[in-house]
Amino acid sequence: MTALIEIASPASGSRPRKGAGGRWGWLLLPAVALLAVLFLVPLGLMAWRSVTEPVPGAGNYSWFLTSDVALATLVRTLTVGAAVTLVTLLLSYPYAYLMTMVGARARIWLTLLVLLPFWTSLMVRTFAWVVLLQDNGVVNQLLGTVGLGPLQLIRTPAGVVIGMSQVLMPFMVLPLYAVMSGIDRRLLDAAQGMGARPAIAFLRVFVPLSLPGVGAGALTVFITSLGFYVTPALLGSPDQALISQQIFTQVNGLLAWGRGGAMGVVLLAVTLVLLGLVGVVLRITRTRGGAR
Amino acid sequence: MSAETSLIKARGARIELAQVRKEYADSVAVDDVSLVVEPGEFMTLLGPSGSGKTTTLNIIAGFTTATSGTLTVGGKQMQDLPPHRRDIGMVFQHYALFPHMTVAENVAFPLKQRKVPKARRAEMVEAALETVRLGGYGHRRPRELSGGQQQRVALARAVVYEPSVLLMDEPLGALDKKLRESLQLEIKRVHQEVGSTFVFVTHDQEEALVLSDRIAVFNDGGIQQVGTASELYEKPQSLFVAEFLGESSTVRGRVEPDGDDSCLRVGDRTVLAAGRLAKGSAAAVVVRPEHLRVQPVAEPVGPGVNALPARVTQEIYLGSGRKLELALPDGTVLLAREQADRLSGVRHGDEVTVVWDVERGVLLDDASGTTHPPTSGDRIPVAAAEKSGR
Ligand SMILES: Nc1ncnc2c1ncn2[C@@H]1O[C@H](COP(=O)(O)OP(=O)(O)OP(=O)(O)O)[C@@H](O)[C@H]1O
Ligand SMILES: [Mg+2]
Repeated sequence: MTALIEIASPASGSRPRKGAGGRWGWLLLPAVALLAVLFLVPLGLMAWRSVTEPVPGAGNYSWFLTSDVALATLVRTLTVGAAVTLVTLLLSYPYAYLMTMVGARARIWLTLLVLLPFWTSLMVRTFAWVVLLQDNGVVNQLLGTVGLGPLQLIRTPAGVVIGMSQVLMPFMVLPLYAVMSGIDRRLLDAAQGMGARPAIAFLRVFVPLSLPGVGAGALTVFITSLGFYVTPALLGSPDQALISQQIFTQVNGLLAWGRGGAMGVVLLAVTLVLLGLVGVVLRITRTRGGAR
Repeated sequence: MSAETSLIKARGARIELAQVRKEYADSVAVDDVSLVVEPGEFMTLLGPSGSGKTTTLNIIAGFTTATSGTLTVGGKQMQDLPPHRRDIGMVFQHYALFPHMTVAENVAFPLKQRKVPKARRAEMVEAALETVRLGGYGHRRPRELSGGQQQRVALARAVVYEPSVLLMDEPLGALDKKLRESLQLEIKRVHQEVGSTFVFVTHDQEEALVLSDRIAVFNDGGIQQVGTASELYEKPQSLFVAEFLGESSTVRGRVEPDGDDSCLRVGDRTVLAAGRLAKGSAAAVVVRPEHLRVQPVAEPVGPGVNALPARVTQEIYLGSGRKLELALPDGTVLLAREQADRLSGVRHGDEVTVVWDVERGVLLDDASGTTHPPTSGDRIPVAAAEKSGR
C-alpha cells in the first residue's frame, strides 16, 4: 500500500516526515476503529475460513491453484481490469486536458458531465448498457448504417469493459484534472522558446508532470475494477465470469465458504504483489538520473 | 563558454519593433512601441511595474502575439514564426525550470532540441553551470535549490546554446546584492564573449546603468525615451524620465516666453531654463541635486543664475558630503547635494536662497498631470549616474 500513497502524492510535493504527525495520531482513531471492525475483522474471518472449511488445511488453495477455471477467471479478471484502466485512461486524458483549457463555466459543465454516472443507480445504468449493446440494440444499428456488420458486444468481455469503463471514468478524470490543473503552462512556453516543437514540449514537459495523476487514477480504477459484480453479471457471459461472480457462485450457490475465502485471499495477494511491482518500477524510473 | 565549446559562432541579430501594440480585453499592455536594438547591443528595458516590459519581451520571443505592428529579428519577419523556430533565448521572471528534470537535464534541454551529441552536451552543460558558479549541482532537482540558485540555473540554460538574441526578464531579481553584482559581471562577460543581442528587463536602475549600452524607459505601455545612461540623465525629454532616473528637483509653473530662453513663472518669481515651450503651457524645470547651491539670503546672486527663496527642512549626512532638503514657500521640496570640501554654512531651519546656473535647468512639458513621481526607492544613486555619465 505504500506504493499507492507514494503515487497518489504529486511528485513535486515532499512527503510529510514520519513521526511529525505523532501528536495528532489520535485523530486517526475513529477511522482505524471503523476499518478494523468493518474491514479487517471480516477479512480475517474469510482468511480463517479459507484454511478451516470444510476441513483444516490448505485444501482450498491447492484446489484454486490446480483448477483451470479458477485460474482462468483470475487471469481474466486482471486482464479486464487492465483493459478498463487503459480505456478509461485513453478517454480521460484528453478529457481532463480539455477541462484545464476551457473557461470556468465550461469547466463546471464538463465536471457535472463526468459526475453524471454517480447520480443514477449502477443497476439502472447497467441495464441501459444492456439495451444499447444487445445484438439489435442502438449501437449495432448505428454500426450497421456505416456498413459494419452486427458485432457481438453483449455477453463478451468487450461489453464488460465498455460498461465498467463508463462507470469508472470519474475516478480517472478527477485525479488527472487535479494534477493537470497544477501544471505551470508557462513551462511549455519555456520549452518552445528553447527550440522544442509544441508536440515535443508536450511530451517532454506536460506528460511527465501529469504522471502522478495517471498513477493515482490508474490504481483507483484498476483496484476498483477487480471487485465489480453487477456489470459483468449483466453485460458478460456466464462462462466468462470474473472472480467476484465466481466467489458469489461458490459462497451463495455451493455454500463453499472456504473456497470463496481462498479466492478472495489469492486476489488480494496478487493485487498487492502487482502494486508492489509497480511501486518498484516507479521508484527505479524516478531515481534514474537523479542518483548521485 | 570557451571558444571550443561554443555551438555556433553566434552573431547578434538586429531587432526591430515598429508600432507594436498589444491589447487585452480591458486594457492596452503595450501601446505603439517602436524600438531598434542593434546587433550585439545590450539594451535594457527599464520602467515601473505594469509598464509593459514583460509583454514586449514576450512579443519578441513569440509567446504573445501583438495586436498590430511588425517585428523583425535579423532582417526576418517574425510575426508568423512560432517560438521554437526563432532561435531566441529567454530567462523568465518566474525561472520556468522543469521540476521533473535535474539541473543538468534542464540545462541540456535546449541542446537536446538542437541535436547536440551527448558527450559534447555534458561538457557544455558543465561549462554553463561553472559560469553561474553552480558546478557540481547538476544532479539536483530545482526544488532542492534556493531561489537565487534556481535563477542562476535559468541563466545557464539560456546562455548554454548561445542564441543570437537573449531576452532576460529580471533575471537577478531574487538575488542578494553581492551575488547580483557578481552575476552582473558574469552577464556582461557572457555578452561580450557570445556577442548575442541582449534585451534585459529590470526595475533596478543601478543595474541598468552597469550593464546597458542603451536604456529604453517604459511607462504606461509606451517608450518614453531611448538613450545611453548619460543621455537619459542629462537630457531627459520628459518629466517622467527626469524623475524616474536618479534624484531630481522639480519646479513647476507656467511658461512666459522671454527672448531666446524660456521663462517659467513660479508663484511671484521667474525661472529661466534652456529650451522653449508654448506660451502659457504648464511646464517644469528639472535640476539635478548636484547642480543646486544654497547660500545665505544676504549674499548677492550673480548673473546667469536662477534664485528662489527656501528653507532648509532636512540635513542628511552622506559621508562624501551632505544632502539638504529645501522647502519653497509653496511647499515644493527640492534636493541639493554638497561635496564635503564645499559645504555651505547653512543649517537645518535656516532661511536661504537656492540658486543654479540657467543652463543646468531642463525645461519640460508638464502636460502629463497623470505622471506619478517615483518613490525614492526607485531612484538612481547619483554616484552611479555620474560615473556612467562620463
Ligand atoms: N494576459 C493578460 N491579460 C490582461 N492583461 C494583461 C495580461 N498580461 C499583462 N497584462 C497587463 O498588461 C500590463 C503590462 O504587463 P507586463 O507584464 O508587461 O508589465 P511589466 O512591465 O513586465 O511589469 P513588472 O515589472 O511588474 O513585471 C499590465 O497592466 C498587466 O496587467
Ligand atoms: Mg514583468
